[in-house]
Amino acid sequence: MHEYSIVSALLERVSAEARAHNATAVYRLTLRIGDAAGVERDLLSKAYEHFRAGTICARAELCIEPVAERWVCPVCGRILERGAVLSCEGCGMPARLMSGDEIILERIEMEVP
Amino acid sequence: MCQDCGCGDREIVPVEVHERLLSGNDRVARHNREHFAAHDVLAINLMGSPGSGKTAILEATARALASRQRLGAVSGDLATDRDAQRLRAAGIPAATITTGSACHLDAEMVHHALHDFALDSLDIFVIENVGNLVCPAIYDLGQTLNVVALSVTEGEDKPLKYPVMFRNAQAVLLTKIDLLPHLGGVSLQMFNEALARVMPEPRTFPVSALTGEGMDRWLEWLEASRPRV
Repeated sequence: MHEYSIVSALLERVSAEARAHNATAVYRLTLRIGDAAGVERDLLSKAYEHFRAGTICARAELCIEPVAERWVCPVCGRILERGAVLSCEGCGMPARLMSGDEIILERIEMEVP
Repeated sequence: MCQDCGCGDREIVPVEVHERLLSGNDRVARHNREHFAAHDVLAINLMGSPGSGKTAILEATARALASRQRLGAVSGDLATDRDAQRLRAAGIPAATITTGSACHLDAEMVHHALHDFALDSLDIFVIENVGNLVCPAIYDLGQTLNVVALSVTEGEDKPLKYPVMFRNAQAVLLTKIDLLPHLGGVSLQMFNEALARVMPEPRTFPVSALTGEGMDRWLEWLEASRPRV
């Protein structure tokens, strides 16, 4: 359940940004979490519901944008099928993960006086 | 205050961050990595399920390299000091990071533990992570290399079920291969096929800490991975 420690990192970061901007509350948080990031989006949302009480995020909506896992051959640009062996059928090169491992805090929308 | 109509509503200001959520951990990990590099220490983050044989391989590694490399280790453990005791009995300085209920080590815990070691007098430092195939995978500790121990008794489908851990590994130790004859048709080939679907450049070392089979190749790779002084 590392989702709990991710949420506590999130709340810490958001509180610091809110202080820096003299915000009175946070309105909405937007994250991008990849399908292959090793983070369960549902668990993350549950952990957030649990931990946000009493923080500056108490009323803040959490939006999580998913990012698809995409493996590509770095030489010929061929896109590998889901679940395939991770080397290019054409050139035999090891594939590269182009997206899907993101655990990103994109945006904080805050209320300022 | 809303400047448009004077309604008195608070203004909502978007702040673009675009930063990794674990950037705080990543910062400490970078610091650890610099620390290891400055002392020419090869740092291994050894991960795997509880009971996959992490400590047994480490004991066998420590004994085999005793005359050539100076090893040190920290073991992440929820509640006991048993792994570190075993490693000290195998002749290497070892400490425990007691994590309580935490399911993984993070860079700060490793940084704190490093204060107990004189890195100048070490060549290889092993961070034995908490037994878990999920949570440790996403935390950078500042290691030089990630190694996963996967015992053949766990089943060849584990890489497909826990892809992130294996994707981020530079090598996989397939442990307990002395048990293969008892596993009704399970073969190393089946593990390799599963790993090829989660690791772009799979590197496996089939080993038995009990019989010593396969340890040579693992030790050779480990020694070759040391930073050149």
